[in-house]
Amino acid sequence: MSDPILKLDGVFTNIAQYHILQGVELTVPRGEVTMLLGRNGVGKTTTLRTIIGHWRAHQGSVTFDGQNITKLPTPAIARAGIGFVPEDMGIFADLTVEENMILAAVSGAIDDARLQWLFTVFPALETFWKKDAGTLSGGQKQMLSIARAMIEERALYLIDEPTKGLAPAIITTMARAIKELKDQGASILLVEQNFAVAKALGDTANVMDDGRVVWSGPMSELATNADLQERLMGLSMEAH
Amino acid sequence: MSAAPEHAPTMAKMSLTERLAPHAPILLVIALILAGLVAIPATSSWLTLTVSGLAMGMMIFIMASGLTLVFGLMDVINFGHGAFVSVGAFVGVSFLLLLEHMTGAPNLLWNLTALMVAIVGAMAATGVMGWAFERVIVKPVYGHHLKQILVTMGGLIVVEQLIIVLWGPEEIYITRPEALKGAITFAGAALEKYRLVAVGIGLVVFLAMRWTLRRTKIGLIVRAGVENGEMVQALGYNLRMVFIGVFVAGSALAGLGGVLWGLYQEVITAHMGNQTMILVFIVVIIGGLGSVEGCFIGALMVGLMQNYVAFLEPKAALISNIALMVAILMWRPTGMIPVVKAK
Repeated sequence: MSDPILKLDGVFTNIAQYHILQGVELTVPRGEVTMLLGRNGVGKTTTLRTIIGHWRAHQGSVTFDGQNITKLPTPAIARAGIGFVPEDMGIFADLTVEENMILAAVSGAIDDARLQWLFTVFPALETFWKKDAGTLSGGQKQMLSIARAMIEERALYLIDEPTKGLAPAIITTMARAIKELKDQGASILLVEQNFAVAKALGDTANVMDDGRVVWSGPMSELATNADLQERLMGLSMEAH
Repeated sequence: MSAAPEHAPTMAKMSLTERLAPHAPILLVIALILAGLVAIPATSSWLTLTVSGLAMGMMIFIMASGLTLVFGLMDVINFGHGAFVSVGAFVGVSFLLLLEHMTGAPNLLWNLTALMVAIVGAMAATGVMGWAFERVIVKPVYGHHLKQILVTMGGLIVVEQLIIVLWGPEEIYITRPEALKGAITFAGAALEKYRLVAVGIGLVVFLAMRWTLRRTKIGLIVRAGVENGEMVQALGYNLRMVFIGVFVAGSALAGLGGVLWGLYQEVITAHMGNQTMILVFIVVIIGGLGSVEGCFIGALMVGLMQNYVAFLEPKAALISNIALMVAILMWRPTGMIPVVKAK
């Protein structure tokens, strides 16, 4: 097995007086979709924000592609090859869709072939290319948020709840986009509450509770073990 | 899995009010100018006051534009911004005094060349000073508004005292370059030449700033940074470096404003920057914190209001801009063109 693209070793993160992450151990294999699952408030978003450097790990280390990035500033982490799609989408509402995408092409001009591919994945982007991003619907904003991360090739994508609050048809579009990204060889760490999506996309799963990863294994094992789901995530059979 | 339906949204026809709402701030400026036309008995007086108001507004805009971007981008309240106005005025006037042979000659080209040298010198000095101010005074207090207010006000006092040490405690009276003295007559109205030049410079600065913000990548980074700095960093941009650049540019613009304001008033003092800060803060607040367009429109309104009211009811001039701010904040509590901020 090759070296993982990302590894968290005993990561502790505090926000003010709250100890959110309490020794996270996490491995993201190359070229796979790694799911980060768990109930609300267990530290999934904090884990992603710690990796990208928005919040600092007080203890432990984050290693990306063999490089210790624990203390690097956020822009350096991003430029090392990590794309980030935050839970709140982070789109720039005062900028047009086009301007959002221009800004996301950090290394220069937008690659036209890649943009055309994104238009096939998210046709709405082409339709609303000149519109202010703030006028888009929730689903379109989410598409823009993901497309923005995808406009340049990254070794790893951190995606936080991309299907939250979206209609089923748009969830399908999102899932297809993530699948296409994986098929291109990218590694993805995906936080997802929608278990059906997690089952469809995930190769490996990590379940968090109380600020640490309490279970890791193949997604297929978690998907077929209702007792495990119930115990780890409080999912009942009705949920899927 | 079936693909998501892609369709254009259907929209009901907007009412006239809804269509005009985005343009309300600029319409308000036009309404103010028309109100002046109605209230001021002689058209020639109205035209003189309007040009004067626009000139004043342009100068306030130049001084305020940097401040609004600094606040919008890094949430920094810089009460020391007036220091750059004062230093710009003193450095600029020093250059003009050195080039007296050029400013005293009745030759427009020579006069404008001397003015440009003074402006470039003032902007260079205040730009460098802005860099030092950010590194020494602002950087240690990021994220602490109360400390920012106290420390930057302290910085202002230090700079004012340094001006007194270097240039003396007396106010310095200055004369405008020869070709910019006097007025031209247009439609029966006397229009001061210097004010027309100030309007021209203000327009050039506004258009250049707007072009930079809308047509260049660095402009996109600044606009996006005002809205959601964290996300800009997550895309890979070093926002701290961008902020230092904006701080330096804003300081240099304040220096330019200082030169123009000094020549407008024909007298400079160490405290002139501090005195203009009241108008500058009013403009930044009513424009919408972080909004360059709002700042521009706000500055024009303040300049026009001040001139019209001073003519119609001199005693009311002092409170006219405060009243304007109160009225606008009651209408739009976050300013005329509020900037969307990520939560």
